[in-house]
Amino acid sequence: MKLALSLLMVSAVLLCASVVLANGQNAAKDDKPNDDQSKDNKSAGIYGELAKAPEKASKRVNPLENDPEAIAAGRLLFEDHCAECHGDKAEGGKKGPNLRAPEVQNATPGTLFWLLTNGVVRKGMPVWSKLPEPQRWQLVRYLKSLGVVQPVPAEAAIKP
Amino acid sequence: MIRLRLALVAVACALLSPVFSRPLAAQENPYFVTYDHNLEEPGNLEVEYFSTFGTQRTGNDFHSYWTELEYGATAWWTTEFYLDAQTTFHDSTVYSGFKWENRFRPLKHEHWINPVLYVEYEDINGTDKTLKEVVGHDVESDYLTSNAEARQEHKREVELKLILSSNTKGWNFSENITAEKNLSNGPWEFGYALGASRPLSLKASARRCAFCRQNFTVGAEMYGGLGDRYSFGLKDTAHYLAPVAAWNLPSGWTLRLSPGFGLNDNSHAFLLRWGVSREITGFGDMVRRMFGGRP
Repeated sequence: MKLALSLLMVSAVLLCASVVLANGQNAAKDDKPNDDQSKDNKSAGIYGELAKAPEKASKRVNPLENDPEAIAAGRLLFEDHCAECHGDKAEGGKKGPNLRAPEVQNATPGTLFWLLTNGVVRKGMPVWSKLPEPQRWQLVRYLKSLGVVQPVPAEAAIKP
Repeated sequence: MIRLRLALVAVACALLSPVFSRPLAAQENPYFVTYDHNLEEPGNLEVEYFSTFGTQRTGNDFHSYWTELEYGATAWWTTEFYLDAQTTFHDSTVYSGFKWENRFRPLKHEHWINPVLYVEYEDINGTDKTLKEVVGHDVESDYLTSNAEARQEHKREVELKLILSSNTKGWNFSENITAEKNLSNGPWEFGYALGASRPLSLKASARRCAFCRQNFTVGAEMYGGLGDRYSFGLKDTAHYLAPVAAWNLPSGWTLRLSPGFGLNDNSHAFLLRWGVSREITGFGDMVRRMFGGRP
């Protein structure tokens, strides 16, 4: 009986937390003209974090720039840790912005490494310092290999 | 019976997880007692099962086990729920209680030393033998009481921790300072935990593999009591040293193993811990969809 009650409690706690967070997210969306604009604003906020990288950090050179296996390893790391939010092709997903946007692709490797290391905790991007430095550099190498893909505007997408 | 139920819950959750989560290689630390500053990713749920076998001088050895449900509420807040039980050999199997813990990351960026604040509420009885934390004057002889007698004691406790942790050159160094108080009576009790760990390889492999060196993380942790408010110090306290190892499988499972050794006569001579966990990605989104929300 106690166990059943405890299980009910854990379900309630997790559900309440999720609902509270979901309501908070929806309330924020209601204040915006539409979802696309809301997403754009959120992305802009996260892209804005790139500009906060210290100069010393942004000038760091990727030590795995010439590692022939870095891109393949980075791709696997991306699938494991990033695709859930940023989409399988890094073009933006449920929660994370497009990583093939010019803001990201034109950033220096050091800037991307800095952002991975520090996250954007208040905006939902976790700190990835638990990945060892070489793995973060492998991720950066993979991201930089993807190239720019501009998001298709919604109006253009529905035109024949 | 209780053990069976706990095991069933863990297995059921783990088996169900592939239905709504993508496979991903977890990157979990190997510690059993020490906490580092890495929180659960937002929206992910980690289902964990842990066991501790402990030897008991002049008494019956025991096997305690617990299930943890760890949820990343946000990138700076992780909440976790525990269900504890134990079997004392030649005695009985009993449910020990539940715990609810929360960890908060107060700083926005990564620093040389990263603090995390930890708050836990425990509703347990006297049979709790998980040894997830050793505080105050917790010593081996406390565990001699029979389950029938120990379960009569009902404890509501609050536990606070200051977690300090650093990731540098592939190593993780973590220090935890613990303060625990029985809400009905008893003084504040203190404890510590120290941990260091490192993956066997810092670079990731370019192919998926179960036995690649980067999937294995090894290290050691040391933990023990520091007395209480009235008698702070090392006198009449227990201390342990334990090598730890974790194996992060590409399928998303993590296996952990740790043989621990008591460092003085107040400690259990030997503790063997093991655990299995699996991360369920997108759990929060799934729950939101159930309530008509958007991911």
